[in-house]
Amino acid sequence: MINVLITIQFKEDVLDPEGKAIAASLHNLGYSEVGAVMTGRLIRLTLDESDTARAMQKAAKMCEVLLVNTIIETYDITIEDGEENSA
Amino acid sequence: MPSIAVIRFPGSNCDRDIITGVASITGTKPSAIWYKDTDIARHDLIILPGGFSFGDYLRGGAIAARAPIMDEIQDHVWRGGYVLGICNGFQILTESELLPGALMRNVGLKYVCRDVVIKAHHADDGLLSAFKDGQSFRMPVAHNEGNYYADEETLARLQDKGQIAFTYTAGIGGDKHIDANPNGAIEDIAGIVSENGRVLGMMPHPERNLDPIHGGGGQDGRQLLKNLIEAVAP
Amino acid sequence: MNANTTTQEHATQMGLNADEFARICERLGRAPNLTELGIFSAMWSEHCSYKSSRRWLKTLPTTGAQVVHGPGENAGVVDIGDGLAAVFKIESHNHPSFIEPYQGAATGVGGILRDVFTMGARPVALLNALRFGAPDHPLTRHLLSGVAAGIGGYGNCIGIPTLGGETHFDASYNQNILVNAMAVGLAQRDRIFLSAASGVGNPVIYIGAKTGRDGIHGATMASAEFSEDDQSKRPTVQVGDPLAGKLLMEASLELMAADAVLAIQDMGAAGLTSSAVEMASKGGLGMELDLSAVPMREADMSPYEIMLSESQERMLVVLKPETMETAQEIFDKWDVDFAPIGTVTDTGNLVLRFQGDVVANLPLAPLVEDAPEYDRPWEAITPPTPTPNDALIRDMPLSVALKTMLSSHFLASRRWIYEQYDRHVMGDTAIDCGGDAGMIRVHNTQKGLAMTTDCTQRYVLADAELGAMQAVAEAYRNITATGALPLATTNNLNFGNPEKPEIMGQIVGAIKGMGAAAEALHVPIVSGNVSLYNETDGMAIAPAPVIGMIGVIDDIMRARRQAITAPEESIYVIGNEGLGTGWLSNSVYAHIIAENTDTAAPPPVDLTAEKRHADAIRALNDKGLISAAHDVGDGGILVALAEMLLAGNMGAQLTLPAHRLTHDWAFGEDQARYVVAVADAPVFEAMLTDLEVPFQKIAMSVAAKELKLGADDAIALTELRRGHEDWLPNLMKG
Repeated sequence: MINVLITIQFKEDVLDPEGKAIAASLHNLGYSEVGAVMTGRLIRLTLDESDTARAMQKAAKMCEVLLVNTIIETYDITIEDGEENSA
Repeated sequence: MPSIAVIRFPGSNCDRDIITGVASITGTKPSAIWYKDTDIARHDLIILPGGFSFGDYLRGGAIAARAPIMDEIQDHVWRGGYVLGICNGFQILTESELLPGALMRNVGLKYVCRDVVIKAHHADDGLLSAFKDGQSFRMPVAHNEGNYYADEETLARLQDKGQIAFTYTAGIGGDKHIDANPNGAIEDIAGIVSENGRVLGMMPHPERNLDPIHGGGGQDGRQLLKNLIEAVAP
Repeated sequence: MNANTTTQEHATQMGLNADEFARICERLGRAPNLTELGIFSAMWSEHCSYKSSRRWLKTLPTTGAQVVHGPGENAGVVDIGDGLAAVFKIESHNHPSFIEPYQGAATGVGGILRDVFTMGARPVALLNALRFGAPDHPLTRHLLSGVAAGIGGYGNCIGIPTLGGETHFDASYNQNILVNAMAVGLAQRDRIFLSAASGVGNPVIYIGAKTGRDGIHGATMASAEFSEDDQSKRPTVQVGDPLAGKLLMEASLELMAADAVLAIQDMGAAGLTSSAVEMASKGGLGMELDLSAVPMREADMSPYEIMLSESQERMLVVLKPETMETAQEIFDKWDVDFAPIGTVTDTGNLVLRFQGDVVANLPLAPLVEDAPEYDRPWEAITPPTPTPNDALIRDMPLSVALKTMLSSHFLASRRWIYEQYDRHVMGDTAIDCGGDAGMIRVHNTQKGLAMTTDCTQRYVLADAELGAMQAVAEAYRNITATGALPLATTNNLNFGNPEKPEIMGQIVGAIKGMGAAAEALHVPIVSGNVSLYNETDGMAIAPAPVIGMIGVIDDIMRARRQAITAPEESIYVIGNEGLGTGWLSNSVYAHIIAENTDTAAPPPVDLTAEKRHADAIRALNDKGLISAAHDVGDGGILVALAEMLLAGNMGAQLTLPAHRLTHDWAFGEDQARYVVAVADAPVFEAMLTDLEVPFQKIAMSVAAKELKLGADDAIALTELRRGHEDWLPNLMKG
């Protein structure tokens, strides 16, 4: 079993109103050091797979087919290590 | 009269409404097709109704857009068939890339249900052929993700080819206090058509203003649907 | 049989006192095991047993020619003619919504919808009644935005329009918000499904979502007072899945249409426990369940957890055995779990097996019939005296007072909230939020169904009996203003800790007042819910006996909205008994303009006048004499008029002589009154004179978009609208 973490974010030129709202709220709370805030979505898949390269490849395919709308979103895939897996 | 069918996905919830609405205009009830069925060949116009197909989990329309029936609809489009997507149906059409661009979360970050006024754009061919340029219609929108987005290049192409079907415009007397564009859509876009004019996606709900009991008086949605049906009529 | 017996210590933890535990042991002839004790504690909780209020609830009027099923079923059922029935109920989800406002509100909506479709009715409308703390309280914005989004999140997705509701702010709700949700459904009158199990040997089927550890002991939680530091002890809030709710609804309605269902019951509060107990006991039978067969979402759940889980979107059904195959097909189509988990027996016992062992064996009679019923001590309320008008009236132009009131938390537009609700799905909406009552077309007919929720808690706090009477009267007027005839009532009694005599006194008073009004106005109470212990650290909420009411109009084209949409119409007040006697005590004017927040006497209620004036409105409307109507409530005549003008974007000019335009006339909250717009004034006046109903012409509508209040006082609609519309968005922006 391999756990794959997929992080999905808006492309840079796409307005992220939620990120903007969060930034404004943090500024109101006095965190003036906050610059840009980007929101996104995290998807964690458990794959019946033993090879990490193949797992990455399969996950990328799933992103293109369903998980990500590539018109507005980008994604990043990482493999979760076994320790965290059991946590 | 053209043959019309309405596709029902799990979570579709405006299927009955559009069936009732179309039947009140044509006198014939459109067929309701469950998404697990795939025989749509004999119909001229396929309607993807509003609702929350598959709970709108992941993204509005994303899961429905990958259902096998969408391959049939793709074929129907290649054969020159007509498709109308309303609200969630519009989301399904962009998610399946039958229409360009994407419908993002409303800029106000909230679901929005309110009356809007939209302005139609005429095209010589396809579903917009019975509309007059600037013809305006009042009807409700109701959605979480109606904020239309397209990159600059796509937007330029839409403008160039006359694919912007409807735009939000100011104009409800008592409601001037409220923004005309309910969701932040780029260029106030409320609906677009495919390049051949035969696939139309729109966020507002014409079926919610076509009965005299409806708050908007019932004329505008009826007229809009009549125009579409007239364009399809062989 | 699981031998681990329990003691008083366990019982106390589960909210059962020494008497109650002793009674259980005596009835069983032994101490219960943990699972059995859990079942008793849930069934004997305030939420399921109504042990503090039952004695008084029995006094409410619940019958009438229109009543098909009164209290005791999942929802009330009322005949609306032509072989059709309306099925409706209101229910609270107060505590869960305070802990997690989005999910609390969403599951409240899901739960009340299941109560309605369980009876074979397709839900057609949702309403709500919400109470939040002071607008400037640090939790208010967070709670309000979560609750509004949660109500919308569930209702919009499942595709039932939200057609009405009310939201009020008061510091007494700072730590105890109220979230009451009402659902209305339509069914064939002769196709109502009930919960009583029948047919020994028939299969008991579990349908819907899988069982997890959500909200275990929610029913007990709903019956306990909070203290501010016990946040961590609160059990997990249930999470709603509106898609699963939609699929369960469609599958259940299809199953009922296929004539496969003998009995059906929603798994609501106390989950599988209350549904199994109610079905078996109402049928006078027994039930044997194999808990190992229950579809589970989490591993290693114990029988105790399975029986008390409040996972959402689940039902229990007794099927006709020969329809199993059809039923299975329906559930496959909708991708909904369908699991035979037991059989109906004739033992009179509830027997639970788990992994081969019997883990509980309880006689049903004590669980249901021996539930405690308390005659809790109560203190009669001494009605307060009114604050005299002289002490309240402030010297300012009417326009200034009007604008201030319309921009106050009492009267500001709730658009920010209701724009988050889909109000048009199903295609039959005639009047939605913002009107006096919501109205839908009964699908495929000319009939209209009107509905509203109401309660003015500041009146109830001052005088529970009168306040509850007023709530019924106001709901009655709201239905009437649309032209419909009110038919029946549902109630949601939200109070503090009933073990305190002064709170019990509020409950007793409110039930008396509500009963008297329901009787006099022929709107029997056919369903309801009680939510007690709405207290934190000894601070009780302002009592809110919320009234939900429905009504019917035979020709929906005659339905009236509040918007005045034409110029040169005559505008009247109907029911104005006199001049210069407006009741300002405890009014919005008193609170906002005079800043007098005394719990002073609310306006008196004259039920005979309410009935007579409402009958007059319907008679006038049937003759086509009314073009717009609005009930006079909070803020009085001038506020009612302003709301009608804003709704239609039409101006008006007051026509009364200047000396009559007093603040008490304009803003008094006397009851039994309506403002109406009329095209044919002479015929209208003649008819009212015949009916001996008092009326007063107050204004003419004009095309100019302003309200002229006498010779030198006027205000533009845009200015009125700005304050009225901006208050809530500004609050939420922070």
